[in-house]
Amino acid sequence: MADDAQQQVKKSFMYVNRKAPYGTIYALEALEVVLISAAFEQDVSLAFLDDGVFQLVKGQNTAGIGMKNFSPTFKALGDYEIRQLYVERESLEERGLTSEDLMEITWEDEEDDYAKKPSIRIVSRMELTEVMAQQDVLLNF
Amino acid sequence: MKLGILVNEGPYTHQASDTAYQFTKAALEKGHEIFRVFFYHDGVNNGTRLTVPPQDDRNLQQAWSELAEKHNLDLVVCIAAAQRRGILDEGEAKRHGKDASNIAPGFRISGLGQLVESGIVADRLVVFGD
Amino acid sequence: MSTLHTVNKSPFERSAFSSALNHLKPGDAVLMIEDGVVGARKGSAFAGLLESAAKSCAIYVLEPDLAARGMGETDVIQGANLVDYGGFVDLVTTHQRTQAWL
Repeated sequence: MADDAQQQVKKSFMYVNRKAPYGTIYALEALEVVLISAAFEQDVSLAFLDDGVFQLVKGQNTAGIGMKNFSPTFKALGDYEIRQLYVERESLEERGLTSEDLMEITWEDEEDDYAKKPSIRIVSRMELTEVMAQQDVLLNF
Repeated sequence: MKLGILVNEGPYTHQASDTAYQFTKAALEKGHEIFRVFFYHDGVNNGTRLTVPPQDDRNLQQAWSELAEKHNLDLVVCIAAAQRRGILDEGEAKRHGKDASNIAPGFRISGLGQLVESGIVADRLVVFGD
Repeated sequence: MSTLHTVNKSPFERSAFSSALNHLKPGDAVLMIEDGVVGARKGSAFAGLLESAAKSCAIYVLEPDLAARGMGETDVIQGANLVDYGGFVDLVTTHQRTQAWL
């Protein structure tokens, strides 16, 4: 089934995350779609804006709420060849966050002696608007 | 045009499923093809045949089932989301040792790949949620 | 290559409305549905924002949702167009992609 779909077209998919983790299941289940989508060899990117930026904050500790901390999964995205994580600068600033507050997420560049390269790109609201406007499919969670 | 629909909320609490249903019906009336309706997150709760809404209220599950029958729609409930929320077909119920299944007519349980495929195959994907 | 943005939340409750308006490109369209129709009300605290968006983007309101909330054509900002579900379908097919601001 995946093969049939691939043969038809290669499309750009952007998964748009605007909600903080844990208060609702959207962040976790969005990530589950992202992982599945890797098998379809499409052009996949993720956007984090509004409270969605909190999904990438480092040092998440869910021991006290009895829920699984799924933030380490973001670090594995590079292994799935998902390397484009756009984070909106204005959303960070509005929430008193900087890039220093985010997890380090990297991918290995096979063509560059497996050098670890950052997957997160901090972009302005205007730049993110441009990237969104180039997508074939926008999935919002 | 070929359209894909994603429903992210269950019936009644949010309007999302109602809006998705009205949209789907209108699209069919206009002669468009609905490639698939995919139910994710609490949206899987649209696919239980055990709901009994009051008689003067709409029965959203039944409405989806009837629309599916009339137009041969592919209504797909995400398996991972469905297992979390207790939506099972007979096979899944057996596999997990549960004493009943509750999937509604016209719905089928399948993987998230069906959603990604919708995005690939359909000309437009429309998301309804909260 | 324009985008249809749907907004289904009241701007008084959630940030979907302002987020959508912050990510518009000229020529895009905004469709207010469900509780989102509240954001199209003329004279409201958010009317000015929508009116300025209307200068470069087309603004649509789903009429059945407006009617359900006791409003009609004369209650929304000037320049907003009312559509039914069929009109919603047309907006989806005539724009390159749909972005649902949930």
